[in-house]
Amino acid sequence: MQLLEYAIRGIPTGCVFALLAVGLVLTYKTSGVFNLAYAGQAYVSAIVYYELRKELEWPLVAAGVVSILVVAPLIGLLLERVLFRYLRSAGSMAKLVTSLGLLIAIPEIAKLVFGSETRKNPPPLWWVRRTDEWLWPEGATFVLDAGQVATIVSTLVVVVGLVILFRSTNLGLRMRAVVESPRLAELSGVDSERVSMAAWMLSSVLAGLAGVLIAPLFASLNPFDLFTLLVAALAATVFGGLSSIPLTFVGGILLGVLQAVLAGTLPTDSVLTNGLRPSLPFVVLFLLLLFRPGLRSTRELVDPLATVDAPPPPPVVRARPQWVATSARVFGVVVSLVALLVSWFALDQYWLGLAISGLVLSVTMMSLIVVVGMGGMLSLCQAALAAIGAFALAQVVEASGAPVVVGLVVGILVAAAVGALLAVPVVRLDGVYLALATLAFALMFQSIFVPLSWVSGGAVPISVPRPVIGPLDLSDDRYFLVFVVVCVIATALVVIRLREGTTGRFLQALQTSDVAAASIGIDGPRARVVAFTIAAGIAGFGGGLAAIDLGQASYEASFPYIIGLVWVALLVSAGARSIQAAVLSGLFFFLFPALLDKLFAFPGNWVETNPDAPSWVASIADTIQPTWAQSVAFILFGIGAITYAKHPEGSIEAQTTASVNALVRRVEARNAAREPARVGGPGTGGTTP
Amino acid sequence: MSDALLSATGVTKRYAGIVALQGVSLQVHAGEFAAVIGPNGAGKSTLFDCLTGVQRPDRGQVTFDGRPVDSLKPAARARAGMARTFQRIELFGGMTVLDHLIVADRARTRRGGLLADVLTGSHPSSEELDRCATVLELLGLEEWAERPAESLSLGKGRLVELARALVCEPKLLFLDEPSSGLDRHETDEMGHALQRVQREHGIAILLIEHDVPLVQRLAERISVLDYGELIASGPTEEVLSNQKVRVAYLGGST
Repeated sequence: MQLLEYAIRGIPTGCVFALLAVGLVLTYKTSGVFNLAYAGQAYVSAIVYYELRKELEWPLVAAGVVSILVVAPLIGLLLERVLFRYLRSAGSMAKLVTSLGLLIAIPEIAKLVFGSETRKNPPPLWWVRRTDEWLWPEGATFVLDAGQVATIVSTLVVVVGLVILFRSTNLGLRMRAVVESPRLAELSGVDSERVSMAAWMLSSVLAGLAGVLIAPLFASLNPFDLFTLLVAALAATVFGGLSSIPLTFVGGILLGVLQAVLAGTLPTDSVLTNGLRPSLPFVVLFLLLLFRPGLRSTRELVDPLATVDAPPPPPVVRARPQWVATSARVFGVVVSLVALLVSWFALDQYWLGLAISGLVLSVTMMSLIVVVGMGGMLSLCQAALAAIGAFALAQVVEASGAPVVVGLVVGILVAAAVGALLAVPVVRLDGVYLALATLAFALMFQSIFVPLSWVSGGAVPISVPRPVIGPLDLSDDRYFLVFVVVCVIATALVVIRLREGTTGRFLQALQTSDVAAASIGIDGPRARVVAFTIAAGIAGFGGGLAAIDLGQASYEASFPYIIGLVWVALLVSAGARSIQAAVLSGLFFFLFPALLDKLFAFPGNWVETNPDAPSWVASIADTIQPTWAQSVAFILFGIGAITYAKHPEGSIEAQTTASVNALVRRVEARNAAREPARVGGPGTGGTTP
Repeated sequence: MSDALLSATGVTKRYAGIVALQGVSLQVHAGEFAAVIGPNGAGKSTLFDCLTGVQRPDRGQVTFDGRPVDSLKPAARARAGMARTFQRIELFGGMTVLDHLIVADRARTRRGGLLADVLTGSHPSSEELDRCATVLELLGLEEWAERPAESLSLGKGRLVELARALVCEPKLLFLDEPSSGLDRHETDEMGHALQRVQREHGIAILLIEHDVPLVQRLAERISVLDYGELIASGPTEEVLSNQKVRVAYLGGST
């Protein structure tokens, strides 16, 4: 009986999971986009509802209609029109990276638009909050409050609506056709663009509804809680095999019920339970991905017409002439040396510190080169692996008093070992599923392991001293800078050698044709496990360096999973295979927000020093806040990821290729202009000098 | 026959109620040129997939070179000496023709691992380049060696696939419709290349093909599939004159 009560309490949450999950499946099936930004859409509707209801005190119905039925579909429409319709023929990786960019950008845009203050006690989508007498007779053993009843009722309405839509309307029929095969549908006269537009708007409405419904369960509105919900919804979509809407629905409800039952029955005091309860969705998602039959072999969406045309060819590589390669190398070395000298002599403590942190991050970025760029696996857990390296370093140094450099090596080994264990099951998953599994791992790590004292040292981060190497005390930032540069160069050399060597060649073969690679005897899973493990080791190295840089191994400060997502977005948009991209995006991550900060602080400071400025100037200056810097930076990072679809090789790589090609063409043209004059071809009519 | 290089017995494969293959048995002997023909949807590609390990048959055994290979994955079967080409061409992106061969050679020799990569950079050795050059020459691809494979015509692309398979030094070469999409001249070119491969290198070939004249010219023995069943098998001329085959495949009425 007790159990039944818990189960029923779980149904409303399950309904919200189900709403989100169904929306995800809708867009995935009509446009092939696995929309991670979905949580952001839910968040925006929840904010709009909050503002209308609490700040402007609109009546409930008006606020609900505007936030759920007006704003939400507009966002969906906007995303589809501006972005995703251009991605229809792009690969699943491009779509995933784009939605990753949006996941980062949308909450920050919302912060800029609606203000970043804390929104406490989100209002319910219901008139009364308290348990109502009329709902439950006197003496009932358990009760749902009105908001929960509202959730169940709205969900039922949505379900009935969807069933009617799919079963008996024209649009529903066309949606089902597009889901089956967009091109076949188009050939038989269905305008698949309009169908996908409709699907985006509809799924956005579901997101909005879910966001507004669930918001009152949290003490305040924030995008992370909604993202956690989204992960639960992901588990439900995986339960439904990313295609069956009824199964997805059942999955969502089951997960809600399971969560409530576990919350009610597990003892409340054990460390494991405290970690397990909030992270149940992640665990379920992870296990489902690994063990649900049928996921391993399904290759994305199967379009019956997919084999009619070959997919668009990847960009053609052109061998660069030797002189270009040599001069590029010389140029690179010169620029790096100059940068190093400038940092040594000209930078103050603040900027030098940022530059060091950026270089340290570039080591972790290089781990992404190995796993994403070379291995073709969109790993979303490099930040967690970096954290593992940092924790191992800190624990070893604290426990045994070993030199920090030894700790670094231990960190690399521990991270690589964890990476290998994770890789063995995970590398068998395809594209999107691998990304989700690594994301689930990152979230599990954050909520289950990071709080444990044998992992992170508990609430207070373990401090890590700067090492002393010979006569050099690295607590001087300038010596530390040199040490970090050496580490970066060493890592870069390893990565380049692997990329150009057998490992890289095998991975490249696997990335472009799995079957052909198998046909010549390349063991795909093994090669991928190796790549994942190496990347984990490099991430562990980067994490250890970050801990030394900061002076402590702090998860909060250095490695939250969301930061890891930003890293992926940054590197992939700069160039997932390129060392320059890794170094530049590492530096960019730290320097760019700092530059923006200075920029946004400038007007305020200027007004302060010029008190007799006109009042309208002062008021404009007052609205520009230095706190915008982080938001604007993240928005730009997110938008950067969106460009990935256009330049899968990365913007830096694309730029380099373009300028090298232009240079080569100019040189060749000049040589060609000179050649005939000097040699005199057979057809030039004997004007040989 | 115990001396068969490849021997499949009773291979059966069903997809959701459709019988793609029904108890197909087939032998290929060392050094022989064999072919499988059959109309569209007869199960030729499924048979190939079952033999090379891309799919698991529901029933039946496959032995290769004297040992059962049923539990081996495609990569392991490749290392045991099976190589193949694809009907829908499968080249590696971002690689030159020579790169394709070097990758295949490395996969065979297992030269260069992590440590070798990091310590030496694993640049192609002169022996590797020699081996690749031999194959390039055999197929007349020398002048294309430095070209990105994606930029080649379909005919040249098929030759690159063949070259990649040959570098693996296979005992048996599976060719999935190597002439599909080629014009007459390219088909002839392909036919000559295949003959040289078989005669001069003693590599057995199992060919799936639509082009009956090509099969007639090349294959010593053919098997005919129809609706997932083997309806005839034997020396080429004998089988092609078989009444049942003419009805099933050539659409002959009498």
